[in-house]
Amino acid sequence: MAKKTTAKKSKAATKKKIPRGVTLLVGTRKGAWFFSSDASRKSWRVDGPHFLGNVVNHIVRDPRGGTLLMAAKTGHLGPTIFRSTDKGKNWKEAARPPAFHKTSAVNGRAVDHSFWLSPGHASEPRVWWAGTSPPGLFVSTDDGVSWESVDGFNENPMYAKWNPPDAGTPDGALLNQVLIDPRDAGHMYLATSTGGVFESRDRAKSWRPLNKNVEASFMPDPYPEFGQDAHYIALSPMMPDRLYQQNHCGIYRLDRPDEKWERIGNAMPKAVGDIGFTILPHPREPDIAWVFPMDGTTVWPRTSPDGKPAVYRTRDAGATWERQDRGFPKKQGWFTVKRQAFCRDDTKPVGLYLGTTGGEVWASTNEGTRFSQIAAHLPEIYSVEAVERL
Amino acid sequence: MSITVFIPTQLRNYTNGATQVPAEGTTVDEALADIDQRYPGIRFRVVDEQNRIRQHMRIYVDGERVREVGVRANPKSEVHIFGALSGG
Repeated sequence: MAKKTTAKKSKAATKKKIPRGVTLLVGTRKGAWFFSSDASRKSWRVDGPHFLGNVVNHIVRDPRGGTLLMAAKTGHLGPTIFRSTDKGKNWKEAARPPAFHKTSAVNGRAVDHSFWLSPGHASEPRVWWAGTSPPGLFVSTDDGVSWESVDGFNENPMYAKWNPPDAGTPDGALLNQVLIDPRDAGHMYLATSTGGVFESRDRAKSWRPLNKNVEASFMPDPYPEFGQDAHYIALSPMMPDRLYQQNHCGIYRLDRPDEKWERIGNAMPKAVGDIGFTILPHPREPDIAWVFPMDGTTVWPRTSPDGKPAVYRTRDAGATWERQDRGFPKKQGWFTVKRQAFCRDDTKPVGLYLGTTGGEVWASTNEGTRFSQIAAHLPEIYSVEAVERL
Repeated sequence: MSITVFIPTQLRNYTNGATQVPAEGTTVDEALADIDQRYPGIRFRVVDEQNRIRQHMRIYVDGERVREVGVRANPKSEVHIFGALSGG
C-alpha cells in the first residue's frame, strides 16, 4: 500500500463556504455557452452563444485570479486563445497564441488547435500551460497573453518517437492534458494520444514515459514503454500521489512512488467494459472516482453500451464499481461524451456534469445518484468545466 | 498607390468591419505583415508559423490563386483573402 501523502488544507479551504451555485463553461463545435445555477444547482440560466461559429475546445477559469481562457479556432482560421478578465463579459485575443518554432524543414509543425488549458501551480499566479494538436506543450507567464513553446517536450530528441506524425485521433494527435502536482510546481504530468503519460520533475525541462502495465492493444507489443493513448489522467486532489487514468485500453490507477499502473477497469462489468474518455476523482475522497463508459468493441462506436447511458462510480479506489443511471434514458440513449465534457464541481455534495456530442447537458447534484437534463439543442459539445458561479 | 487587401467575412472583426484595407509591400507576405501592424493577430489566422497559407484559406493576387506568401504583388495589386469551401 502506497504511503498516503495528502495536500495541506489551507485555512481558506477549511472555512465553511456558503454555496453560490456553479457556472458551466460549455465549449462546442459552434461556439461557447455558459450555464449558471442558483445555490441549489437546480435552476439554470443560459448565457450565449459566445463566439458563434467558433470551434471551442476548452474554456477554463483560473481559480487563482479569475481569468478565463478559451481555446478556439474556426473552420477556416488558425487557432487562437481568447482571454477575459471580467467573468466573460469582454474578451481579447492572445497577442501571441501557441505556435511552434519556425523551421527550415519542409513539414514544420504548425498548431492546428489548442486542446487543453491548465492554470499553473499556486506559486506561479500568472502561469498557464496549454496542450495542442499536433502534440505540443506551451506555457504562458503573463496570464495567457502570450505563449512560448516548451522545448523540453516540443524539441525533445524523442519527440518524433513519442508523437509519430501519422498517428492520432480523428481530429489529429493530441497533447491532451497537463497536470501540475499541487505540492511542487516542478512536478508535472502530461497525457498524449500517441505516446501515453509522461512525467517531469524539473518543470518541463525533461520528460520520461510513465506507462508501465498500460495496454496498447493496437500495437504489436501490447505493453510498450510509450505509444499508449492516454485519454484522460487526473490527480486525486487530497492525495496527489494517486493518479487515475482513463486510457483507450481501460481504466487504471497509479499510487506513487510506484511506477506500475493497475488496471482497475477489470472490475467493471464485462458487458459494459472499461473504455471511455474521462475519469473524475472526488475532490475530497481519494478512493472515489467516476467514469462514463462507452462502447469500445468492434468498430469502436464510442456510444453508451447497449444504448443505456450510465456513470460508474468506485468508492474503493477501483476494487468495485456501481452503476448510476437514474434519470438517463433507459434505451436508445446513444451518448458520446468527449473527454473534456465530463466534469465535477467542488461542492458538497459533489455535482457531476456532462455534455454529449448530441448537444445535451446533464447534471447530478448528488454525486451521481440522479441525473437531469439541463440543456438540449446545443451544437456538438467539446468541453464542460464547472466553476464557482460567475 | 498601395496594395488593396480584400478582407473576408471571417476576418472583419479584426478590421472593424472594413471589407478592404490598403497595404504596403512588394510581396503578399509583406502586405500581410503590414496589415498585421494595424490589425494585430490577423496574419496568424491566415498564415501559420511556418509561413504557409492555412489549409482552408485561399489567397489570390490579381485574380490568380497563390500558394505561398512570397509571391510578388505590384503597388496596384488586389489581394483577395477567402475562406475555402472546405472550411466551415
